[in-house]
Amino acid sequence: MTNKARTFALLLIASTALAACGKKEVENLPPVADNTTYGNSGDTTTPTGPTIVPGSQEDFLQSVGQMGDRIFFDTDRFNVDTADQATLQTQAQWLARYPNARVTLEGHADERGTRDYNLALGERRANAAKNYLASLGVDASRIQTLSYGKERPHALGSNEQAWAQNRRAVTVVVR
Amino acid sequence: MQNSPLPFRGGVGGGDSQPLCNAAMPHPNPSPEGEGLLKHLFLFLLALLGLVALAPVAAAQDAAPAADDEPELVEFDTAKVRRIAVPALVAPSPADTPAGNSATLGRQIAEVISANLRNSGLFEPQGPAGIRPITIEEVTAPQYDYWKGRNVEQLVEGFVRVGGDGNLTVGCYLYDVNFGQELTRLGFVVPPREWRRAAHKCADAIYSKLTGELPFFDSRIAYIAETGPKGKRVKRLAIMDSDGANHRFITNGQSTALTPRFSPNYKSILYLSYQDGNPRIYVYDIDSGRQRLITASKNPTFAPRWSPDGQTILYSMAVAGNTDVYKVSVNGGSPVKLTSAPGIDVGGSFSPDGRQIVFESDRGGSQQVYVMNADGSNQRRISHGGGRYATPEWSPRGDLIAYTRIAGDFRVGVMRPDGSGERLLTDSWQDEAPTWAPNGRVIQFFRTERNSGKTSVWQVDLTGRNERKLPTPVDGSDPAWGPVLP
Repeated sequence: MTNKARTFALLLIASTALAACGKKEVENLPPVADNTTYGNSGDTTTPTGPTIVPGSQEDFLQSVGQMGDRIFFDTDRFNVDTADQATLQTQAQWLARYPNARVTLEGHADERGTRDYNLALGERRANAAKNYLASLGVDASRIQTLSYGKERPHALGSNEQAWAQNRRAVTVVVR
Repeated sequence: MQNSPLPFRGGVGGGDSQPLCNAAMPHPNPSPEGEGLLKHLFLFLLALLGLVALAPVAAAQDAAPAADDEPELVEFDTAKVRRIAVPALVAPSPADTPAGNSATLGRQIAEVISANLRNSGLFEPQGPAGIRPITIEEVTAPQYDYWKGRNVEQLVEGFVRVGGDGNLTVGCYLYDVNFGQELTRLGFVVPPREWRRAAHKCADAIYSKLTGELPFFDSRIAYIAETGPKGKRVKRLAIMDSDGANHRFITNGQSTALTPRFSPNYKSILYLSYQDGNPRIYVYDIDSGRQRLITASKNPTFAPRWSPDGQTILYSMAVAGNTDVYKVSVNGGSPVKLTSAPGIDVGGSFSPDGRQIVFESDRGGSQQVYVMNADGSNQRRISHGGGRYATPEWSPRGDLIAYTRIAGDFRVGVMRPDGSGERLLTDSWQDEAPTWAPNGRVIQFFRTERNSGKTSVWQVDLTGRNERKLPTPVDGSDPAWGPVLP
């Protein structure tokens, strides 16, 4: 190798060294903390007691009955069938009684789909439920949608029965 | 490979041109010299500067395999398992460093080289445990007859020196035992805490030289660390080296984090977070620890990917329940909507030349894999094998697309970009979301256990035979492999 080539190589070394400067080990800095909680009360047991506030989530659950806060879907589907319509009609009646109440429709998928697709599917299911409530006269601006994909299963098994419970859209009253 | 004598001795290195800061830094080996070494160094530096894109460091002057347009999969010769000896690297004058004594580091570097080669499935390494230590003289004059007696085909030798500035100089030599010939040599200067990178670079050079494939060990993984019960998993963004070392949590788990992707320069990570209560894609800056949303839209965004040049972000967004694929400049600006079919168009991965995008769509009734031009034109389905196809990922080598095939179980497979040559690589209850090693010859994915929902990160090569679980401190999912480190 000639001296010229050697000089060039050394220059390259130096420039690479400079380019590498500024690289440093970073500390573990988590993004800003948030106060978001998961699952909301849609998937939890209703606290029973003498003081149920009218128009609250507790009031809603007492009014719509056992599992009346959710509708279920077939695999990979997002259509609102007859049973779902009855459930949503009951929910719409409650929403008509409390015109100031706002709700989030949480869309979920079972674990047998891939993660991103399930986020999209959950969103589709939540919107199907929202659209049906809107068709019953609930102001669409009172309804938010939120997809959890397959991230928050309600039933924890890996079988047809569990999957059927997890393909759902759950209506949750916003506090 | 020739190793002709040089007109000068010890002229390069020796501590006089140490890096000016404590970043990882390749450097010529100070003790041996030869035109071959300088040539390799030169090519290596060119590669670092991006002038020789992805040229195998050590094999550059030999016929490195060119990426064919449609290579046969059999070209990845994995039938041959190479017997290779990896004695501890010699520390001629052992000295203490912040990362331990250099003699200990010499052994640890050999251990990492040996583990990398073994874990690739293509090597049967001996040592450093159970084989005799070598002398500094042997590094440049190997005792071929002795190693022949050990029944090995190749031999890796090297040394570790501690420089006056505290940096390590690591020399790494590969010999063919039967032919009594040097195959390659490399030298690196690294701060002691980055000794593993020298080991990975050395293992990469050996792997490339002996398999003809591009390197991949010196690279990093972003993934999601999982803990907690199935119904309420805590999911944290985390990063680690390609072998699971140097693990670090990035987020604290207060918000669910999903689907990370390292930027091509490793400076930032795209990922989904429920931080504001909704699923949205953020760009997380690793140096500052700050993050920002990629779009101002209030709609849910997910499935983020970088373009190969790091200038464009591909993502999916649901509007009124309908999901489409979009792209936006990394500097902001107006997003471009690439798909418009009713139904779910989601995911997506750029071809290495940035001109095409592979994505999934259920426009035909079920999830299938489609290819389109980067401007959204010419959308066409490429998967036709039956069942559903999801999470397509274009190989950085361009020759294959990896995917999740859903037919009851989830399995990871590969096909050519025209949909031909489909091959399933794994067989388990749920193997999902393949990500390519930078050399396009190894794939990581995650495996979910039936019922428990426990997850783990796995690796498999293109034969499907060499499959192993990566060591992670807790459960892991959504791995994303970054490029070879500069």
